[in-house]
Amino acid sequence: MGIYLPIAEISVNVFVLLAMGAAVGFLSGMFGVGGGFLITPLLIFYNIPPAIAVATGANQVIASSVSGVLSHMKRGTLDFKLGSVLLAGGVVGSTGGIYVFGLLRRLGQLDLFISLLYVVLLGTVGGLMLVESINALRATRRGAAPVLKKSGQHNWVHRLPLKMRFRASKLFVSVIPVLGLGAGIGFLSSIMGVGGGFIMVPALIYLLKVPTNVVIGTSLFQIIFTSAYTTLVHATTNQTVDVMLAFLLMAGGVAGAQYGAKAGQRLRGEQLRALLALLVLAVAIRLAIDLFVTPPNLYSLSAVGLN
Amino acid sequence: MKSLKALAAVALLSLTAAAPAKAQTPLTEGIQIGLSTDAVSITAGFSGADLTIFGSLENPDPLVARQGRYDVIVVLEGPPKPVVVRRKDRVLGVWVNLDSETFENVPVSYSVATTRPLQDITEPNSYKQLSLGASNLYMQPADASDSPATIEEFTAALRERKAAAGLYSENVGGVQFLSQNLFRATVRLAPNVPVGTHKARAFLFKSGLFIKESSAQLEIRKSGFEQSIFRVAHDYSFLYGVFAISLAMITGWLGRLVFRKD
Repeated sequence: MGIYLPIAEISVNVFVLLAMGAAVGFLSGMFGVGGGFLITPLLIFYNIPPAIAVATGANQVIASSVSGVLSHMKRGTLDFKLGSVLLAGGVVGSTGGIYVFGLLRRLGQLDLFISLLYVVLLGTVGGLMLVESINALRATRRGAAPVLKKSGQHNWVHRLPLKMRFRASKLFVSVIPVLGLGAGIGFLSSIMGVGGGFIMVPALIYLLKVPTNVVIGTSLFQIIFTSAYTTLVHATTNQTVDVMLAFLLMAGGVAGAQYGAKAGQRLRGEQLRALLALLVLAVAIRLAIDLFVTPPNLYSLSAVGLN
Repeated sequence: MKSLKALAAVALLSLTAAAPAKAQTPLTEGIQIGLSTDAVSITAGFSGADLTIFGSLENPDPLVARQGRYDVIVVLEGPPKPVVVRRKDRVLGVWVNLDSETFENVPVSYSVATTRPLQDITEPNSYKQLSLGASNLYMQPADASDSPATIEEFTAALRERKAAAGLYSENVGGVQFLSQNLFRATVRLAPNVPVGTHKARAFLFKSGLFIKESSAQLEIRKSGFEQSIFRVAHDYSFLYGVFAISLAMITGWLGRLVFRKD
């Protein structure tokens, strides 16, 4: 069944989009990530213009984050104070990101920049995760208990000034890295259309030493607001949010997430992380190929007068 | 493809009324097209269509008509817009948009229907003078100081891309004479036909000489739910953004209610 997307201005198949949402929702439920980093590239592969894929991706991330946060609130695994400081940084980062987004779009370099960011970030995160999970898998095969870094270990981050206490995270840390992390994620969120969970979660765990059980809830909490802000600014400055597209993806996504969460319970942590790493790397490689392969058409047309 | 019929108000009276009285003095031929509607609405599921335009010749010479030496070219021209053409080049192995050329007033779409192949109707020069046909349309570069070779290259690329998108099309044989002075032209509307004021123009040629032109305006607009969304997104973008966020939050919340597992 075809449907005409009002903002993307192309006809697409409803079932393809629902299936895409469901598949990504399944994976996001299974791995506990927002799924924005999969949705946006998938939309681009499906010929949705990158500018619209990014803005709509940010919109779709809100839905999956909201349902995730609700369950973390119930369990009490959410640090509102830490989330709010991250958010303050996030708003600044998003504003900068949207400005850069508009600028690149006028210069005709937006598509390239989005692809490059995806290749670099997904490649790095996927590669690191794969190495880490393979090591963990080997360790368990040898029968040794997996060695976790102890919290309370300090690094350079903990020597910075302007310290603040975050009770729920049992953390006493400078606000500078927290604001900086928020700003970085906000920037990426507005340019890549992702929530940024796949960077936020490892950064909170390894850089700030936040206990793992509060990390996902807190990260999702701040992602809701960063993505909401990103969506709003994209809607007002670039008019690139397609609600019809976003809604189809969300509808598929919320259903798929529940089945994914169930399937995830049957797999072990290291196996899950290795699978996710392979998935992330596959997306990165697919995008990288497009950068290097000679495009079928060297010339492209675009309208003048955007912004 | 469905057929949209914008019926022409056909001026049939000229020949029958004028012929006996003025048979002695040869009259100059004229051409008329008229559209029965000045607006066409296309719906969300639009996948392209043929638009039929009827028209008539005024005072045709019966001998010339019998010999088939009258030719008609009908053009449906979309609203003019500025366009940037970009060319990708390899930088460190990666394909990057490097050079670009901006053109002013490029018709977004340009569909041509003709009685015969263009090269059989008249000289290339007269097409140039009339700026008629996708390959003869004059594209005005915004920066005229660029080298002519560059401008030519990008102009050619612009035409090629437009043709590939189905926006510039040519329908040879798309104009048919139904009688000595009545003709029907079928022009193609691409699935991505731009909204706005389109101009239908008909050119009359007699034995390879340009005689007359006639034009009419046609408003193409998209209708339906999707178009309302588009309009709201542009005219009330802040409210639209708030709506998009609320929709996402409610969907997330409902999803949790419906599928909760804990």
